[in-house]
Amino acid sequence: MEYFIQQLVNGLTLGSIYGMIAIGYTMVYGIIGMINFAHGDIFMLGGFAALIVFLVLTSFLAGVPVVLALLLMMIVGMLAAALWNWTIERVAYRPLRGSFRLAPLITAIGMSIVLSNFIQVTQGPRNKPIPPLVSSVYNVFGIAISLKQIVIVVITAILLSVFWYIVNRTPLGRAQRATEQDRKMAALLGVDVDRTISVTFIMGAALAAVAGTMYLMYYGVVVFTDGFVPGVKAFTAAVLGGIGSLPGAVLGGLLIGLIESLWSAYFTIDYKDVATFSILAIVLIFKPSGILGRPEVEKV
Amino acid sequence: MALKTTMTKDPILKVEHLSMRFGGLMAINDFSFEAERGEITALIGPNGAGKTTVFNCVTGFYKPTMGMITMKQRSGKEFLLERLPDFEITKHAKVARTFQNIRMFSGLTVLENLLVAQHNKLMQASGYTILGLLGFPAYRQATKESLELAKHWLEMASLTDRADDPAGDLPYGAQRRLEIARAMCTGPELLCLDEPAAGLNPRESLALNELLQAIRRDTGTSILLIEHDMSVVMEISDHVVVLEYGQKISDGNPEFVKHDPKVIAAYLGVEDEEVEEVIEEIEEIESEQGGINP
Repeated sequence: MEYFIQQLVNGLTLGSIYGMIAIGYTMVYGIIGMINFAHGDIFMLGGFAALIVFLVLTSFLAGVPVVLALLLMMIVGMLAAALWNWTIERVAYRPLRGSFRLAPLITAIGMSIVLSNFIQVTQGPRNKPIPPLVSSVYNVFGIAISLKQIVIVVITAILLSVFWYIVNRTPLGRAQRATEQDRKMAALLGVDVDRTISVTFIMGAALAAVAGTMYLMYYGVVVFTDGFVPGVKAFTAAVLGGIGSLPGAVLGGLLIGLIESLWSAYFTIDYKDVATFSILAIVLIFKPSGILGRPEVEKV
Repeated sequence: MALKTTMTKDPILKVEHLSMRFGGLMAINDFSFEAERGEITALIGPNGAGKTTVFNCVTGFYKPTMGMITMKQRSGKEFLLERLPDFEITKHAKVARTFQNIRMFSGLTVLENLLVAQHNKLMQASGYTILGLLGFPAYRQATKESLELAKHWLEMASLTDRADDPAGDLPYGAQRRLEIARAMCTGPELLCLDEPAAGLNPRESLALNELLQAIRRDTGTSILLIEHDMSVVMEISDHVVVLEYGQKISDGNPEFVKHDPKVIAAYLGVEDEEVEEVIEEIEEIESEQGGINP
């Protein structure tokens, strides 16, 4: 039983990271109907930005409190990722907005390759390890909960509430939802659609960068290929939860995290990705719009 | 037409030599008209005459092939609408429009639909969301004002009790009124309505007439409308422009247009010798309707 709960805790942590990345996929899909395949690499880039901040802090300002260091890593990561994602949208996606659906998809894949190669060339192809930032582990009824797990879950929860608030309660979020439903009409009501879309990319990137920082802190290592597998899993999470739905993305992320850790715990770890994607396939066969997705109903 | 000459003219919208070509099709050919400030101007014509195309040019949906569209605001500021991107037409030129097929944000609530229309004001007050998240008083004030404006228009459109329902759940007639209320929330000086009475039953049509007249009376907003329902056109418009095959065939007050043989021939598709008959018929219909709505 304790073992099971332990795995639940691990899965929840991993799932929080996936969920944060998945939100970027789902929001961009919601607002312009395209999959931003470069999003996983934005996540990796956020991790690298955090790594650089960490190295700068430790070499020039020894003895910086951990909380402050983490905060700085997150903020710089968010800014860097937001800037990149904004630029990508501006130069690679916006000019293609009127063209056929596959065009932005292909550029997105291209941007993903550009980003990972850029990091490979500028940062080197090897794994980049950092010493553990927070190492305390608490023992709660025989279950080991590390401080970093708590930090990840708490930060995820806070960010998701802020996000939920922005999307549901602010003029910006209203404009995003309106743009999602009818871009032309939103423009006619005075919403600057281009800016709203840019902001969506910025918000998604900021969350991905936080996820990147958490990932770096959790595993203590980041490498230029890290955008791919977590990116694909987060995308899977978004589809599983129902693409276009914010709570769906989080739910999907948590589910994938749980499936992964429970599968690794009770079956063979080599097949954890097989299990994850099989479950995705099964869910989509029976519920094509995902768990919380709105089925597309056409009124005639 | 004769009535107009005595008044000093203050057109809010001036369309000059407008032409719109789609490939080989000349949808609008050298079309000019003026809409007076504070009046309800109706644009009528048979199907395919190009009415919606004119609207699309005025509201920035299409870039016209030729011609000039000048919008003059109360403040005296002038805008050349054919040069503005679409969101600026609402934002700066203060022209709002509705559609023939209703375009509601059906997943947003009725109230949210009205708040989206006040997006720019709120966005500025909330300091592009950042200050708003921190709860600055200016943002709260702006939110309160927007809510009040939205509630005012909900009441005008008699939708107050449906405020929190998804807009897509409203019946057709209510969606029409909501669409007009939403357009009014952008604070327009010119409201363009594309067939507001299409598909409405007589009672909904009556409610619509009242709403439009209230808009003109209370806010002084000028209205430009496309309409098929002649009872609506004749009852509420001050000025009627008739379009056929992309060209203007008549222009004047409803009385004048109604008896213009060219209009009758074009609009009702009859030969010249049958015109008298048709006029009689129209008058008959009108007197019947006069009985329904006193």
